[in-house]
Amino acid sequence: MKYVDEYRDEAAATSLLEAIRQRATRRWTLMEICGGQTHTLVKFGIDRMLPDEIELVHGPGCPVCVTPLEMIDRAIAVARRDEVIFTSFGDMLRVPGSDTDLLGVKAQGGDVRIIYSPLDAVTLAKKHPEKEVVFFAVGFETTAPANAMAVWTARREGVENFSMLVSHVLVPPAMEAILADPANRVQGFLAAGHVCAVMGYDEYEPLARKHRTPMVVTGFEPLDLLQGILMTVEMLEEGRFGVENQYARAVTRDGNRSAQKLVDEVFEVSDRKWRGIGEIPGSGFGLRDEYAPWDAMRKFRMEGISADEPEECHAGEVLRGLMKPLDCPAFGTRCTPENPLGAPMVSSEGACAAYFQYGRTG
Amino acid sequence: MGKVSFGGVVKQVCLAYVPDVEPGEYVVVHVGFAISRIDEQEADEVFRFLESMDELDEIHIPQPGEADPSLPDRFGAPTRSSRGRAAPGGPVAGGTG
Repeated sequence: MKYVDEYRDEAAATSLLEAIRQRATRRWTLMEICGGQTHTLVKFGIDRMLPDEIELVHGPGCPVCVTPLEMIDRAIAVARRDEVIFTSFGDMLRVPGSDTDLLGVKAQGGDVRIIYSPLDAVTLAKKHPEKEVVFFAVGFETTAPANAMAVWTARREGVENFSMLVSHVLVPPAMEAILADPANRVQGFLAAGHVCAVMGYDEYEPLARKHRTPMVVTGFEPLDLLQGILMTVEMLEEGRFGVENQYARAVTRDGNRSAQKLVDEVFEVSDRKWRGIGEIPGSGFGLRDEYAPWDAMRKFRMEGISADEPEECHAGEVLRGLMKPLDCPAFGTRCTPENPLGAPMVSSEGACAAYFQYGRTG
Repeated sequence: MGKVSFGGVVKQVCLAYVPDVEPGEYVVVHVGFAISRIDEQEADEVFRFLESMDELDEIHIPQPGEADPSLPDRFGAPTRSSRGRAAPGGPVAGGTG
């Protein structure tokens, strides 16, 4: 496919690797934010082809992985209700809650359905006026315009039997939390290309200045990642910090204004709990009060449901770049995609799942 | 809503967030929504960068007894045979981030 295949060109990748080798004169630790980037790196073996000087640690950019346990428990509680059709993207279904997962609810007779787009859930609600259709709105800024459009459409068309369980998170506050952590090792970031396609990259600039850290907005194909790494290494070697854009074919400084407008109409910034990390102030989206009737948390009164993370899962350290999946004692033994202890082993964007899927066993 | 071809598989996609998109252009699609148009000029950037890197190499490491292979590139517009013209439709790129 055009704009995909040519970014996997082997000769070009070799040239970029050689350029990285020439530029890197000392050890640098970089973090790729998005789980989609992690999967490309591990799938194509890019992390192993890089010179020893460059270490990549994997970031928190997997929306499924950072959804807190209590949100999964809330989803399970509402999915169990007789009147509810519960809809979700596929990879939420196997994420373990405190005592089961959404697939378990389905096996016990719950009406749990996988959908491709949030608008499908609104269509489903119109088709089943006798049911309550709940959509599990999980995601980063990339997914927010789609979820905003679903709830905006439901309000405009008076679809009252539709609601969203919102667990939306934002990337820059998580980067701030990582950089402010005294244990932080990350010296440069590959910022998440599709998050920036929506939001632009203005808001990364104060962050880069404050922490004197280079950040390069990076795409998802092998050549994108290699070029993003090269640009970051060049900034580090030259002692520069700031924001550069490798993924200019899809990202502009301002981002997608019409998407931002609808997101702002529907959502407001709120505090959010991150799985394995804890609460980060101003790190998520919640529905504005005008949209309260479409808020599943309020509709089904679920504020009371809370839960603590299981101790054996080291998701928090993996998501902050403090631990690699292979350093986890449970990896591949007590924790596998079939029997996951935590979300990073389940999601198609989870770092542990990438290591397991592509045969990294030690 | 509009139709987007993903390497031949055609899907209905919401185009509300790319109001200026023209038929035949490429877009990034995420969960049924086009979130960005692909800038064709910018899409070639990595390849222009690689070509400039090759030229530098060729300038710094001349092959003795050989004609300078970088000369044609300096005088003509570099082309890469692997990239064809845009066909109607659009690709999807991976990653929710």
